[in-house]
Amino acid sequence: MPPIADTVLIILLLTNFFILGTASMRAMIRVVALQGILLSLLPIFVESHATLRLVALVFATAALKGLVIPSLLFKAVRDVHINHEIEPYLGFIPSLFLCATGTAAALLFADQLPLAAAHKSSLFVPASLATLLAGFLVLTTRRKAISQVAGYLMLENGIYVFGLLLYQSMVVEVGVLLDLLVGIFVMGIVLNHIQREFSSLDTEHLSRLRE
Amino acid sequence: MSAQLVLLGSILCIASGGLAILPGKSFIRTTPVMIITGAIAGLAGCWIGLTSATTTLVLPWMIPGGEFRITVDALSAFFAAPAFLMAGAGGLYAERYWPADRRRAAWVRGFFGLLTGSLVIVMVAGHTILFLAAWEIVTISAFFLVGTEHEAPESRNAAWLYLAASHVAMLALFAMIAILHALTHTWAFDALPAGLASLPIGRVIFALAIFGFGIKAGLMPFHVWLPGAHAAAPTHVSAMMSGVVIKMGVYGLVRTLSLFDEIPYSFGTTLLVLGIVSSILGVAFALAQHDLKRLLAYHSIENIGIIVCGLGIGFLAEAHGSARVAALAFAGALLHVWNHGLFKALLFLSAGSAIHATHTREIDRMGGLTRRMPWTALAFLTGAIAICGLPPLNGFVSEWLIYVSAFTAVTAREADWSWLLVFAVPPALALTGALALACFVKAFGAVFLGAPRAAAAAAAHESPLGMRAAMMPLAAACFGIGLAPTLLGPMLERVTALIAPGLPGCDLAGSLQGVQTSAITVAVVAAVAFGFVTLLSRKRRTGPTWDCGYAAAVPRAQYTASSLARSITGVFAWAMPAVVHAPAKLPLFPREASFESHVPDTVLDRALLPALRFSERLISYARYAQSARVQFYILSLGVTLVVLLFWSAL
Repeated sequence: MPPIADTVLIILLLTNFFILGTASMRAMIRVVALQGILLSLLPIFVESHATLRLVALVFATAALKGLVIPSLLFKAVRDVHINHEIEPYLGFIPSLFLCATGTAAALLFADQLPLAAAHKSSLFVPASLATLLAGFLVLTTRRKAISQVAGYLMLENGIYVFGLLLYQSMVVEVGVLLDLLVGIFVMGIVLNHIQREFSSLDTEHLSRLRE
Repeated sequence: MSAQLVLLGSILCIASGGLAILPGKSFIRTTPVMIITGAIAGLAGCWIGLTSATTTLVLPWMIPGGEFRITVDALSAFFAAPAFLMAGAGGLYAERYWPADRRRAAWVRGFFGLLTGSLVIVMVAGHTILFLAAWEIVTISAFFLVGTEHEAPESRNAAWLYLAASHVAMLALFAMIAILHALTHTWAFDALPAGLASLPIGRVIFALAIFGFGIKAGLMPFHVWLPGAHAAAPTHVSAMMSGVVIKMGVYGLVRTLSLFDEIPYSFGTTLLVLGIVSSILGVAFALAQHDLKRLLAYHSIENIGIIVCGLGIGFLAEAHGSARVAALAFAGALLHVWNHGLFKALLFLSAGSAIHATHTREIDRMGGLTRRMPWTALAFLTGAIAICGLPPLNGFVSEWLIYVSAFTAVTAREADWSWLLVFAVPPALALTGALALACFVKAFGAVFLGAPRAAAAAAAHESPLGMRAAMMPLAAACFGIGLAPTLLGPMLERVTALIAPGLPGCDLAGSLQGVQTSAITVAVVAAVAFGFVTLLSRKRRTGPTWDCGYAAAVPRAQYTASSLARSITGVFAWAMPAVVHAPAKLPLFPREASFESHVPDTVLDRALLPALRFSERLISYARYAQSARVQFYILSLGVTLVVLLFWSAL
């Protein structure tokens, strides 16, 4: 496992902090896109030979995670005319603190896991767990529906990193990727409808649907 | 052959319902023909099943783990026969009672066909999955039939209550059948491993059977759904439910207990206690009713109580090894299953005829119907005499057998505490019979005798021929079984042998001969006396009845049904307190005032509903967890996942 992969993973961890710390919706989407591109590069460092399969995977991931999905999200932000501020339930500082704690816990926890020797030294497992936790934080503490989508994307990114350990069977991952794309489409439609119904994307309004 | 015929009958019944819901008026008119054909085919199958060996029919079925196995043995055929008879009579009755051009005719006929067809499958299913599937179809179709007139909230409530109660019963049956499967490793109805009854698991099976089948049968603490459902359903459906559907519970109980190789005493005593409570309180509640169909519904509880009393003595005797007592008690209970099906259906159909003519179910708005509807009155009177257990009708025969079994047990002078319970049966049955007589004096007197209490009753006309014709076979069967019970002897012996396989066969002919002789004697004496009285009263004088000095007697001054029963219902006030709305104090010069009283069902209105409301309040605290924030839901999902992960890691 070359150190360059670990460098990429450390950048990934830093983007997690950025996403949790930013107050701007556009910045958040941009960084999620950056995460996608970083992830799409990772297989190159894992696999030494440039096979057709590898190239296809890199390009497909980069295109979907780095371009298609972010552009869909940007379009949603444009279309629904919301203010571009992220309104968190939990303030930025506590979020960052929780994210730091989560990352530390992920590093410690991954150390305890009975992993194969080849994976033990790399940052793949802790980075994956930390990204999952960060995604979970975004999902539970951010208010607007678009930030929810970003949270789901981060969750997926965490799973993707974990999947890279099993590079040979990345077929499943590609399937998940496609599912995600369809999911984002559906969410886009749902967002539009929420907007039309409540003239806001604040999920707070959904609580009116209780009962 | 019997299995094929029974299946054919069932399919024809279901198909008659299918025809009714097809578009076009010509199809719906063929439903009575179809259902009667099905009933005749099915009855022929039951006859063959009762007189010859067991037949099994296995058809391909796509349900995983299931098998479409129809087994017609004497027990199945015995319980399926009334279903077919009632299907035919009900189909014929419905043709005029709920004509094809009346609203929801397709609804009523469609579900009635489905109900009867699947009901038969319950009785002949040789496989538990098929049994449960058919049981559920019966429940659902009966639910829709009870809710036929769902504009009325009363009807909707009755239907929902029925559905809820049936599904609670279904849960118990699921558990019971799962345990049976775990013990026998087969989904077929199969004999249980030996010595099971004395183990705790045997008692669990019995408790689940009593609960599940007891709800369906309407045994006293579990009867809550029964009065409302019987009152709300169309009359021929009430007749079907009361006469046959609740017998599904009895059938299930008997079938389950026949799986045990030996029966502990406690099974018999439990049944006996439940039976005595049901029979006495059932008839007491019936006395307090002023809705004709609710009154008949409570009598179903009473009669189920009598049947279960018979079964209780039978199983107690089986545990004790007294073959003769067991044979007599089982024969009495089984025959009462038939008899109750016949006379209760007859009562419901004739009551429906009166309701059809007067447009009300209130007994106190009827009166004087004998002159206007003589056939209906005669049919109701026949049913009333039969249900009171008076000779020469069929109710006498089955109750007599249960009495004889109890007396035989008592005179055997066995020293055993549970045996002592049998001593309570004859007084309990006697009390029940007397109260039933009082109840039907009230019902027949208020509905058919006296002067009409309302304009609708005064304008009543006899029902059309089709409705009367449907009652004829039922009345004929009541007389037939009452006057010639010896013909049924061999049949009852076969069925009894299936229920208690461990006991030696027992000859019933002697006992039945005794009943037959006394019934015929009573019939002859009654006929002679009736002829004599008619002869004497040839010279009829007409004039007003003595009016006790009242110058202006009006029909409203007649005894009402509740005032007639007041002296007896007062005795039972500890079990069924009445709700009375009466003017507190009458002023010196009385003005217009009103009086109203009704007796709520003690178990439902005073125990079950308050308990449910309380639990609803408790459960409503859980609603605080419903924050309606997506974020919170995701957080709880995540926390649950983590907790589960750690829990499984420990």
